[in-house]
Amino acid sequence: MNPMRRRNRLTRWLAVPALLLTLLALPAGAAEPAELMGKRLAACAACHGDEGRTVGEDYYPSIAGKPAGYLYNQLLNFREGRRQHTIMAGLLAHLSDAYLGEIALYYAARPHASQPPMTGATPEQLALGERLTVLGDLERKIPPCQACHGEQLTGVVPMIPGLRGLPARYLDAQVGAWKNGVRHAREPDCMGKIARALKPEEITAVSAWLASQAYALDAKPLDSLPNTMPMDCGVLP
Amino acid sequence: MKGRVIVLGSAIAAAFAFSIWLNKPDLDLEPLAPATLESPTLEQVKAGEYLVQIGNCVACHTDQGGAAFAGGRAVPTPFGEVYSSNLTSDDETGLGRWTNQDFYRAMRHGRSKDDRWLSPAFPYTSYTNLKREDSDAMFAWLQTLAPIKRVQTPDTLRFPYGTQLATRAWRALYFKPATTADIAAMDRGRYLVEGLGHCAACHSARGALGGLRSNTSYMGGEIASLGWDALPLAPTQVPSKPMTDSEAKELGQLLKTGINTDKAVAGPMSEVVFHSLQHLKDDDLAAIVATLRALPMADAPPVARVPQVSPEQRQSLRARGKLVYAEHCADCHGDAGEGRANVYPALAGNANVNAVSASNALNLTLNGGFPPSTAGNPFPYGMPPFSQSLSRPDVAAVLTYIRSEWGNDAPAVSVVEVERR
Repeated sequence: MNPMRRRNRLTRWLAVPALLLTLLALPAGAAEPAELMGKRLAACAACHGDEGRTVGEDYYPSIAGKPAGYLYNQLLNFREGRRQHTIMAGLLAHLSDAYLGEIALYYAARPHASQPPMTGATPEQLALGERLTVLGDLERKIPPCQACHGEQLTGVVPMIPGLRGLPARYLDAQVGAWKNGVRHAREPDCMGKIARALKPEEITAVSAWLASQAYALDAKPLDSLPNTMPMDCGVLP
Repeated sequence: MKGRVIVLGSAIAAAFAFSIWLNKPDLDLEPLAPATLESPTLEQVKAGEYLVQIGNCVACHTDQGGAAFAGGRAVPTPFGEVYSSNLTSDDETGLGRWTNQDFYRAMRHGRSKDDRWLSPAFPYTSYTNLKREDSDAMFAWLQTLAPIKRVQTPDTLRFPYGTQLATRAWRALYFKPATTADIAAMDRGRYLVEGLGHCAACHSARGALGGLRSNTSYMGGEIASLGWDALPLAPTQVPSKPMTDSEAKELGQLLKTGINTDKAVAGPMSEVVFHSLQHLKDDDLAAIVATLRALPMADAPPVARVPQVSPEQRQSLRARGKLVYAEHCADCHGDAGEGRANVYPALAGNANVNAVSASNALNLTLNGGFPPSTAGNPFPYGMPPFSQSLSRPDVAAVLTYIRSEWGNDAPAVSVVEVERR
């Protein structure tokens, strides 16, 4: 083998721990002043609201207060086409990894929104949604949401997002996109497996139940999970 | 009997003439020096990496989210999509079995190792100006890329555009291979602009069959199938004012960082600055600016027809646009469209705003955008997308207003034109 090729493989392998280091380095604190970042990110505010908080929005998710590693990963996914959204891909196309890291840190450090709980879901939907969220369906290998997203579903730093305070339509569309193979996470894609096991009406019920819950303003993502996760997820270091 | 002979004779003569015409560019091709098989030096490899950056090879030869240089990106053309090839060192699907002569032939002559005539979506009309030593250096660096297996995606060109005969006819119409003497006569700036930089690929207008009207006129124009216009690089207005020293310095900063006192790059040019131009060495940047500065006058670019706006409609669009501007735009772009140096581009005197075609201004208003992250501007300020928050009539109004204020003088934008986006 050509020695230059060998060297290139080596750099490729070195890139893996480098990526992990970037992710681990993320929550340490942003280098860029928040006030400047807020002005630079006016483009994001158009849909995600000031400081990443959408209130009363029926689709665009609040991103304030989500774990930094999760946000960074989603920015990469949009830029690289693993999540598909034309406007997001266009905006991020020529931004560096370092800038995406700064963006993730900025939004992770913003207080999350006080989102009024959704009303209007049927009692049957709420019952089915709650059962699946809290208990899962072990026969079909569907773990409860809490097992990974935290007991209060507020997420876990740095990689697992909270599920509260999000519009039902957004949640429904995301799990649906996973089920239909439009959205992907790094393999093994645990959410992809769960989404494929769920029926469409179950996805709608879980989304409705989640969006109907109040989200306390002082709630925070957990620092760690009490138990090992029930599935292997490629996004976790 | 005599008539038949004449018909047959004319047919043979026509076929003969056609074949001569078809082969003409290839008869002009200079023979290329044979492959050199020695291992490249480290200096060559490093020089090659830089030249590959200047050629912006990575942009087309990498699919979104795919491995760098493994190809597979769809390049849209008016005739269908062309998929880029794998430049990694994989033996089966990449350049693993190529020699530096094969590579130079592809660049200089537009012909692949397997003798196929390459699609002109690959800008060999510019790369034909490449020196052998530079091509060898680029090839040496590409060979250091880890092999990645990615089988070529077939093009989806409509019949007959994907055929080799069509490609040869295109060559006969539009391809003029450079001679060694042509290349030797170029100074560094021209060499980079007309060769590796392939600026003409977007900045010279193309004819109906996708040929460059003139390889070196740099009149700008619509970039086929992208929905963006390339700005003219050459002066197109009479009387043209020569570029001052400070304007030349500003141009250099724009190419290197994506932003300057009153401008920011956008759209496809962001990609070029992000992957390629920000890496330019200072002397190469200066050479490119000097060449662009000296470009001769070009014709105004051809403009697509758009719906007409009556003077009354224009007045009402302008009145409404003034209110929309004050509410949504003035915070960043200023009350008089003056922008903020190195942060928000000025709209007064802005070339994208003043272009006869409103395409770029429409794209930016509807979809927003960030200038590229570069070493000189790592955390750029972004423009919000207004496709959700502004109605179509309000977009037409604010663009009509911006395009006719503060000394700007470009045609009004109709609501229909916004709705077509």
